[in-house]
Formats: sequence, structure tokens, C-alpha cells
Amino acid sequence: MVQKKNLIGLEHIDAHEIELILDTAVAMKEIVSRPVRKVPTLRGRTITNLFYEPSTRTRTSFELAAKFLNADVINISSSASSVVKGESLKDTVRTIEAMGTDVVIIRHPMAGAANLLTGWIEASVVNAGDGAHEHPTQGLLDLFTVREKKGVLNGLKIVIVGDILHSRVARSDIWGFLKMGASVSVCGPATMMPVGVERTGAAVSCSIDEAIKDADVIIMLRIQLERQKAGLFPSLREYARLFGLNSERLSLAKRDALVMHPGPMNRGIEISGEVADSLQSVINEQVTNGVAVRMAVLYLLAGGGDA
Amino acid sequence: MKLLIKRGTLISPDQKKIFSADVLIADGKIAVLGNNLETDGAVIIDADGKLVLPGLIDLHAHLREPGFEDSETIAAGTMAAARGGFTSLACMPNTNPVADNSSVINYILNKARQEGRVNVFPIGAITVGSKGEELAEMAGLKEAGAVAFSDDGRCVSNAVIMFRAMQYARMIDMPVIAHCEDTSLSAQGSMHEGYYSTLLGLKGIPAAAEEVIIARDLILAKETGCRLHIAHVSTAGSVQLIRQAKAWGLKVTAEATPHHFTLTDREVTGYNTNTKVNPPLRTQEDLDAVRQGLRDGTIDVIATDHAPHAREKKEVEYENAPFGISGLETAVGLVWTELVNTGILSPLDAVEKMTINPARILGISKGVLAEGADADLTVIDPARTEKVDPARFVSKGRNTPFAGRTLTGIPVLTIVGGKIVFEYAGRVFSKTT
Ligand SMILES: [Zn+2]
Repeated sequence: MVQKKNLIGLEHIDAHEIELILDTAVAMKEIVSRPVRKVPTLRGRTITNLFYEPSTRTRTSFELAAKFLNADVINISSSASSVVKGESLKDTVRTIEAMGTDVVIIRHPMAGAANLLTGWIEASVVNAGDGAHEHPTQGLLDLFTVREKKGVLNGLKIVIVGDILHSRVARSDIWGFLKMGASVSVCGPATMMPVGVERTGAAVSCSIDEAIKDADVIIMLRIQLERQKAGLFPSLREYARLFGLNSERLSLAKRDALVMHPGPMNRGIEISGEVADSLQSVINEQVTNGVAVRMAVLYLLAGGGDA
Repeated sequence: MKLLIKRGTLISPDQKKIFSADVLIADGKIAVLGNNLETDGAVIIDADGKLVLPGLIDLHAHLREPGFEDSETIAAGTMAAARGGFTSLACMPNTNPVADNSSVINYILNKARQEGRVNVFPIGAITVGSKGEELAEMAGLKEAGAVAFSDDGRCVSNAVIMFRAMQYARMIDMPVIAHCEDTSLSAQGSMHEGYYSTLLGLKGIPAAAEEVIIARDLILAKETGCRLHIAHVSTAGSVQLIRQAKAWGLKVTAEATPHHFTLTDREVTGYNTNTKVNPPLRTQEDLDAVRQGLRDGTIDVIATDHAPHAREKKEVEYENAPFGISGLETAVGLVWTELVNTGILSPLDAVEKMTINPARILGISKGVLAEGADADLTVIDPARTEKVDPARFVSKGRNTPFAGRTLTGIPVLTIVGGKIVFEYAGRVFSKTT
């Protein structure tokens, strides 16, 4: 991490770098729990949120993380004038850099957008989700949450259920958990299973009942309702019946299995309300941990000094 | 002006032989082939250690003019051809306007006569606007000078339109060049569908998108008796289908590009938009099958699919970038380095696939090294090694995934109609007048 200046994905970072981020996030979470949630660590630094795709959750989480560390934050969203005028991504980020920024956080509907930035600007780049490629801070907050609850990551059985094909969360989770010594299974309809995904080291199943047997962690992915119109599954009802997580199914997993979801949830489709609100669900803690993990990432990329 | 090329090693794919001889060129023709030729007033080129070939022919290039002159022009594209060792090229009709009528064909031919460095043979569109809806005036295109028909860049999706196009082309004895892509399978895809598209999160183009249309077009060719040429074969399944069709006796030919026999989808890692090409770079297995197809004659032609793009068009998100590689200036080096020096093709076979085979498919009197033939010649230095430097390209398109790659076997002299149109910078020949 220290020798890197960008966070593009979990595919290309090492286990010890992940460990450093998670350890740093522990300290950051402590800051978040204080009555006055503000430390001067990134005072004088500028962080730009460049969002080409709306995501209030992720943007707010990054913004809070930056503000708790006392950085100045600029938000540029797809409604901003330069973006709608059809200016190229290259010209936009060059302009942002010329105005002075230390970190650019980018969310973009196309895979590889964050990689492109690293070749064009000197500022650090954090990928906040690029197409169906990666969403590394979501992966890290999933790792953090599981480690916090289970104490370890090594040896756990993680199952990811849903639309693996279009999920950047799934890709970041697969790399992250595998690197930390967990086993990973992916489960979903055959039409939403990307070709060759087993070469990552993840096991593949099209039966949720089989996949979640003895699982320690079940990560349910949001199903985009418009995928049905694209012919990727016949109906929401059938999807829910074949791949939805309900209490009955949950009992196939380990008794203390954690249930996670990157949000926002389609209750009653990929996850039943009962499961979402159960004691096994850590969905709300994921949100809190997201801020701590993003503080850790920003600190490690832009802090430079001592904690 | 006379030229006398001395002591070169001649490769004649027409006669299937390699021999040492001098070549005397006069009045735009090959005047004499023989040993120890002497003549007064000729520029003498000492080609000792070099290969002298009939001028190379690229059956598949995009010159972009008219309409997309910021990406390429006939002047720059033919200069790139000359630098790459090509003396003739056939250019695809996906210009703006599309070459679906004789006036565009005439424009291209006139422009090529005025500004072109090499011979240009335009290809006419199969359908009006290459929209795949109604047939272009194919006989009129032929009369204006088109040498083949293609909607390249697009597939003729409607089977009955393709069927009629082939019937009609058969009637006027012209070849149809098929860009085979089922667009319902390839839609929004920007690379091969496989492990790497999964890692990168890019929508994939499955091998099936190419293979289902090749299968369809082979069946239509069987029904119509049309001469069908399959452009840019990229998958193992495609090679197998064409091999089978040839065994059935169909009049089918096929081409492969240097990038499809050199690179795999792994190159896309890092999202370098210069690796974005249609059909996409495939897997190692596909690459091996394409090489095998070249070796056993299933694939008759090596074509560049030269597809130059202005720099800023490629400096965008991968999914937004246009497809294409600027290929004319690296083709010979890649053929020599990847196929000849590795023993996959003999020098004779390689030259055959870049001269006489494309000439026969297009029905043009080129690609022959014989007395009385047009003096179109390419000289290659098989020992010369060079690093690909796109900054030195003369094409307007510098979009290449081969930057920095070291190639052995470099074109050093290109002669069209008895005139030197390209000469390698630096001392290659000892020359006297
Ligand atoms: Zn094509």
C-alpha cells in the first residue's frame, strides 16, 4: 500500500497490503465512535469525488471519510456541466488536476475508467466502482466486517449469491477473500455466471442450497430488475424462488453464519425481510464500516505522515 | 528510368520456387530476369542477402477517405502501405459516404491516381449504406472498378439479403467478402468473452458470434455457388468450419490478420484501447488454431485489416473506443517473426498468402514475379531487426498494440510500376547509377 499510490482493485494488491488497510481501519473506526469525529490528519488536502454514475451511498461514505480526516472535498457528479457537455474523461480529469487535488475518487459506468486515470494524472486514484470490474472499498469493508465478527478470515467459507456477471462487488470480494485465505463460492443463474470465473479460484454452483451448506458468510447481491427484460432470467418470482435467501435456506448454513448485502436491497426478491432484519444480518454494520475503511484508504494514500 | 536489382533471392509463389537472379526493370515492367545482368543507365541496387518478392497485396484495408480523413487519407494510407512493403491494397467501403455507388468508387480511384503511392483496388458495398437492407448496384460498382463486395465493419444480418447478394455476385462473377458477426450475440461487447472479460468486467463477444454466421454463409455459398471470402478469421471453431467447407469443395477462401495470429485476449489486461479490435483478440487455443489453419492452407490470405483511428478517439474508456489496429506498417515484420522464423510457414507459403492468393481472389493481374509483369516488387531484409515505434508510422493511425515489440524481417524497398515508392532509411543497399 505504502509504495502504491492508487487503489484500483483487489486483484493487484497483496494480502499484507490488505491487512494493513484493515488494521488501519480499526483505528479509524475508533475515531468514528468518538463524540467529536474529527482528526486533523488530512488538513490541507483536497479530495475530489468524480461520479459519472449516481450513488448516494458510496459518495456520502467517501465524503464523510474525507471530512472526518479534515480534508477538503469537491463533489463532481454527472450533472456537472463539464460532464454533460460531452467533454472527454481525459480532459475532465486534467482540468480537475489543474485545479489542485490530491486524490480523485472515481465512480464510472465503464470498466477500466479508473485504470485510465492513473495514466493521465499525478493525483492518487481510488476506484469507487467501474462498470462490472471492481469496487475495492466495498470488498475491503466486507473483509473488515467479517474479520471483526469472526476474528479471522483464513479458513472461512464465503458464498456470494446473485448476478455475478455484472457485479463489481463480487469480483472485489472474490479476490479479497481468496487472498486472505478464505474459500469462496459463487452462485447464481447460469445466464449470469461469467465465463471462466472458476479460474479465479472460486467454486461455481447454480444451486443456492448446495452453495450455502456450511457457509460462514453469505453475501447476497442486488438483482437489477431490468435484467429480466434483457432475458437473463424468466421472472422475478422464479428468481426469488431459485436464488432468494429466506430463513429456511439460511438454516442450511452454519448456525452463526453472517448475512451481508452491499445494498440497496430488494426485500422479498434476493433477500427476505425476515433474514435482512435477523440477528445474523450485519448489513447495517457494513455501512458504518464502509466509512472507517474509506478513511483508512484515504489516509494511507494521501496521509503520508504518522497516524 | 531503369532499375537493376542484383544478387537478390527471388521468391516466386506463382512458380512455387526460390532462386537467385537479377531483375531488370524498365518502363514499369519486369523486363528481364536472369543472372549477371548488365545494362547501361540503370540504377543498380545490390540486394545481396535480401528477399525480392512480387509486390505484396493487402486484401483488407480501411483508408477512411472519403469521410474520416482525420483518421486516415488515401495519401497517408498508401504511404503506410509502401512503408509496410505493400504495392497494392483493396480498401473497404465503410467510408462516408459508403462506397455503395460508382461515384464513390470513382472518387477513390481518382484520388488514388493523384495522391496514392501504391495501387488501390476499391471494394464496393453489398448493400445500400451497408445497412443490410437492399442490394447496392453491384454490376455498376464492378463496371466502375470495384474488385469485390463487402459490408465489412458490419455483418449482413438478414439471411435472405445475404443469399440474394451471393446469387447476384455469382451472376457477375465477383467475390463476396463476409464480415461474420451475429450482432445479437456480440452486442455491446468490446473484447473476447472468456476469463479475461470476466476479470476486467467488460462485456464479451463470444466465439459463437463469429461461428454461427460463418456456418450460415458457408451454407449459402454452397447453395449459390458464390465465391465467398471470409474476412479476419479469429476462432478455432471458424477455422474448423472453413476446413470442412473446403473439404466439401466449396469455393471459399479465408484470411487471418497478424494480430489474430500474434496476440490473445490477455493483452487487454490494463484496458489498453489499442487492443480493441473486431473480431476481438481471442484465446491461446484460437490463436494456435489460426496458425494451424495458415499452415495447412485452410486460411489462404494474410490481410492487415488496417483500421487507423485518430489518437483522441482511442484515448477514452475501453467501451467507448472504436475497434481497430493500424496494421500496414507492422504486418511483414509480424509475419516473418511470428510465422516464418518459427517455422509455421515457409517463406514461399508466407509470400503466397500475401501476393498471388489475394490477387486471385480479387481477380487482379498482380502478385507475379515474371518477365512482362508489372514491376511491383517488395524487398525484405530477413535479418534486419527493428523495434516497433508508432511515432515513426506514416499512417495517420498510430493505434497499435505492438509498440515496443522487436520484429525481425523488415521491408526495405517497395517498387510500384517500376518506381521506388519506399526505401528504408539508413544504409541498406549499395547503389550505383
Ligand atoms: Zn470486418
